[in-house]
Amino acid sequence: MTKGTITSIVSNLVTIDVDGPVGQNEICMIMNKDVQLRAEVIRVNGNEAFAQVFESTRSVKIGCEVVFTGHMLEVELGPGILSKNYDGLQNDLEKMEGTFINTGDITEPLDKDVLYHFSPLATPGDKVRAGDWLGSVKENWVDHKIMVPFVFEGQYTVKSITETGEYKIHDKMATLVSEDGQEVAVTMTQKWPVKQAIKSYNQKIRPYDILQTGLRVIDTFNPITEGGTGYIPGPFGTGKTVLQQAIAKNAEADIIIIVACGERANEVVEIFTEFPELTDPRTGRKLQERTTIICNTSNMPVAAREASVYVGMTLAEYYRNMGLKVLMLADSTSRWAQALREMSNRLEELPGQDAFPVELPATIANFYSRAGCIELNNRQFGSVTFIGTISPAGGNFKEPVTESTSKVAQCFYALSQKRADAKRYPAIDSMASYSKYLDYQEFREHTDASIQEGWVDLIKKTKDIMRKGLEARDQINILGDDAVPISYHMDFWRSELIDFTIIQQDSFDTVDMNTPLERQKYMINKVMDICDVDMLFDDFQQVGNYFKQLINQIKQMNYSPWNSEEFNKYETALTELMNEKTAIAPSMT
Amino acid sequence: MKTKAFQRIYTELSAITRATCVLKAEGVTYEELAWVDGRPAQAIKVVGDLVTLQVFPGTEGISTNAEVVFSGHPPQLKVGELLSGRFLNAYGDPMDEGPEIEGEARAIGGPAVNPIQRSKPSALLATGIAGIDLNNTLVTGQKIPFFADPGQPYNNLLAEVAMRAEADKIILGGMGLSNDDYLYFKNTFTQAGVLDKIVCFINTSENPPLERLLIPEMACTAAEYFANDKQMKVLVLLTDMTLYADALAIVANKMDQIPSKDAMPGSLYSDLAKTYEKAVQFAHGGSITIMAVTTLNEGDITHAIPDNTGYITEGQLFLKQDTDIGKVIIDPFRSLSRLKQNVIGKKTREDHPQVMNTLVRLYADAKEAKTKQENGFDLNEYDERCLHFALEYSERLLAIDINISIDEMLDIGWELMQKFFEKYELNIKEALINTYWKKSEDSQLAAEEV
Ligand SMILES: Nc1ncnc2c1ncn2[C@@H]1O[C@H](COP(=O)(O)OP(=O)(O)OP(=O)(O)O)[C@@H](O)[C@H]1O
Ligand SMILES: [Mg+2]
Repeated sequence: MTKGTITSIVSNLVTIDVDGPVGQNEICMIMNKDVQLRAEVIRVNGNEAFAQVFESTRSVKIGCEVVFTGHMLEVELGPGILSKNYDGLQNDLEKMEGTFINTGDITEPLDKDVLYHFSPLATPGDKVRAGDWLGSVKENWVDHKIMVPFVFEGQYTVKSITETGEYKIHDKMATLVSEDGQEVAVTMTQKWPVKQAIKSYNQKIRPYDILQTGLRVIDTFNPITEGGTGYIPGPFGTGKTVLQQAIAKNAEADIIIIVACGERANEVVEIFTEFPELTDPRTGRKLQERTTIICNTSNMPVAAREASVYVGMTLAEYYRNMGLKVLMLADSTSRWAQALREMSNRLEELPGQDAFPVELPATIANFYSRAGCIELNNRQFGSVTFIGTISPAGGNFKEPVTESTSKVAQCFYALSQKRADAKRYPAIDSMASYSKYLDYQEFREHTDASIQEGWVDLIKKTKDIMRKGLEARDQINILGDDAVPISYHMDFWRSELIDFTIIQQDSFDTVDMNTPLERQKYMINKVMDICDVDMLFDDFQQVGNYFKQLINQIKQMNYSPWNSEEFNKYETALTELMNEKTAIAPSMT
Repeated sequence: MKTKAFQRIYTELSAITRATCVLKAEGVTYEELAWVDGRPAQAIKVVGDLVTLQVFPGTEGISTNAEVVFSGHPPQLKVGELLSGRFLNAYGDPMDEGPEIEGEARAIGGPAVNPIQRSKPSALLATGIAGIDLNNTLVTGQKIPFFADPGQPYNNLLAEVAMRAEADKIILGGMGLSNDDYLYFKNTFTQAGVLDKIVCFINTSENPPLERLLIPEMACTAAEYFANDKQMKVLVLLTDMTLYADALAIVANKMDQIPSKDAMPGSLYSDLAKTYEKAVQFAHGGSITIMAVTTLNEGDITHAIPDNTGYITEGQLFLKQDTDIGKVIIDPFRSLSRLKQNVIGKKTREDHPQVMNTLVRLYADAKEAKTKQENGFDLNEYDERCLHFALEYSERLLAIDINISIDEMLDIGWELMQKFFEKYELNIKEALINTYWKKSEDSQLAAEEV
């Protein structure tokens, strides 16, 4: 193994004089007295290696010995990942001792003594490739597939497979024979370098099916698909984290990977305390059982922020290969970009825009492209849906991280300061935001069949009403209430109706926080029916007063359990209110 | 912080800038404390045997043959009960008449709390100010700054809030504090008879700016001692964090770092987060709450300092001069407490979340009406009502000069809604309207009967 000694230290960047070959991104260990600090090589120049240290470098000295490991940053994959709380390098936080995270704390990511119930899926003689399923163990309620390790190249023949029973993760589960006759043992675990995508599948397909999030402004207005990508930029305090957490709670995914990347510890604590209590709306099990949290908060080492998003993505890809729907959330990708910037500056590289490294757009594009819907070798499907938040400096979207992401992510959820100020939550600016999936033919066909015929057109019509309403509002503001025709006020109030009853949603109300698609469909049809009615008003004040009453009734419906007595009561009141108007309206038509 | 000089001594500086100096030295550890001609300094870059020291009091008058002594450890604070009631400088040395501090020496800027070991902050921290308690309710273990223009009475407000909040210990970290404000804090604490509850780390505007870099870490190290070792509820006051960030920029500049936005170092976010993330709620009941001040330049919150702060803290309290009522208010739009949902409607009355949101939404409507008015348009009847509402709302609930209970704040809220609006204009859950609307109707009837 290559060794070296430290020759310089600036914050978390060290240079190492090495005595042998080193690889770009190779992991090395700095031996500082009795603790070992993990570091990653990020540049090599002759026999000088530059490494970013994943820990505080306080008290490191020139001349400290460094040992190279020969591999890149890896994660350990196997049963036991779900419900775990990891740091950015996959250390299990629960296993750490003491109140504080001490420099050099390294803990096992998996539980080596736990017994898992194994059932074989392959039989001796089967021909298999990397990623193929050999067997399955129960992990919480999930059928966790034991796969041919992703690093295996070519075809293998199953020589033997372990019988049904209880085993530990490092026990031998199968023996495979390679094409040139070599025997290899497979356990329940394998390792994978996080910066490389797992490609052990048949093909990537175009996403077509909606991934329900329970949020009306997303599912109805700008849907994200299974295997889709989305990003949420917004100034501080506009609701990125609340939105992501709402998605994590309600989304129709099998597995949720949450990466808290350079944000607040208390936000992660909220998940720690809530998820073991909350129920997964689909399975009735605890939310925690389908969730893994990767937590590298803002006060944890900066270099590990970059690692944390890759660790999360690799875990997501791993479960995807079991034929599961995985949703990965990262809050916030800007912190990751900032970590890259800090390093790039310390390396004294020529800076790109806003001092970010010039390869930032490529790095972001590469990362987002790891999401997607795949067909496995056995013709089953799996997906990684990825949604990242962005924290643009000064709240201005014209900055490198937002711009680079906009080129690769298919859904855009723009949070608006103005809406947040007015407490119109979620503060998504529905006009600026978009979902490119609405234009996918596959999506259109699928929603025609699974939701209702003409669904996409209905949504587009809703958006038109919103747009028209905003234009009308501008006119009213420029010309004055009295100077515009009453129809302008009608247009404006129709858009307010949609805003208050469909777009706005109370994430802290037990009922309103999650609207299943079936209910969303019902409500949008209801609201659009109202918008279709031609109503007659004597003056503009009447318009506002009437619509406020409509809004109030529908809001009360939103707060009531679906089809409950209350719900029906408010719906009846709404119908009566409508009848008042339509009783007059026919004379018009 | 003065430790016995038992260690390596050097007398040859090879370079000096206004904030740093460079010398050849061996065996130096990163972030080690040293003294240059008796002035405290810290190793911030080590390349081969060349060590760059950041000299906290500045390098004026330092000559190339100055004596440099290394301590063998990072900067430390002696912690213990004896800190109570003391006024210390940025190095943790007494600036009052009291004796030297004795206690266990702890490295400042210590490691992060394992997130697993934190508890969810959910104990209400009441201040009597509705702009805070009603609209932006605080909890222990929270970190939140006041965003204020330099001319606003932010330090008075900070002291006032500290006196009203229930805390076992109050730790003041003053950075670039004017001497008058320093004395104001001192008098306030003395008059309130709470000197035994406080510890102050003070850097005034007369002291060297780089010393400010030590203040937050000193204050937080003391806070961790009381909150974790002694399981106390600790309130940390940091004022003014903008001056702290300015000091960071000076060092970065002398180190030839590429500045990012507003000439601030690219690591500003991480630097500020290191301090603010010291706020914590422990399971054993001890907690650190951080209330800070970030002064703004002409109200610009997109400047890198308030911007990065906002991305780190759990909300912000935005002070604003309301010219309509001629008072300083806590602006309900730009202010936020992200942890309020842990207590409102749970530890406070059930109607709290909806009443608070509705009042702010109506205030936003009033703002629109105001713009309309300023643009010379006729106001409609709803606009008029909103404007009247806004005046009273501002005077009775947003102004910082009030001191009432949260229930009273909610009652005033209902009173205002009832006075100016119809039920259907509120979008409040009917169940709540049924309970509270009638109540204030009765009280109004009662008032009319009198
Ligand atoms: N959907 C919502 N319903 C009600 N309140 C909300 C909603 N979204 C956000 N808020 C309020 O706004 C606060 C800030 O939201 P959040 O923490 O999600 O902002 P953020 O965009 O993640 O900010 P930052 O970039 O600083 O992390 C919340 O604590 C909550 O009080
Ligand atoms: Mg956030």
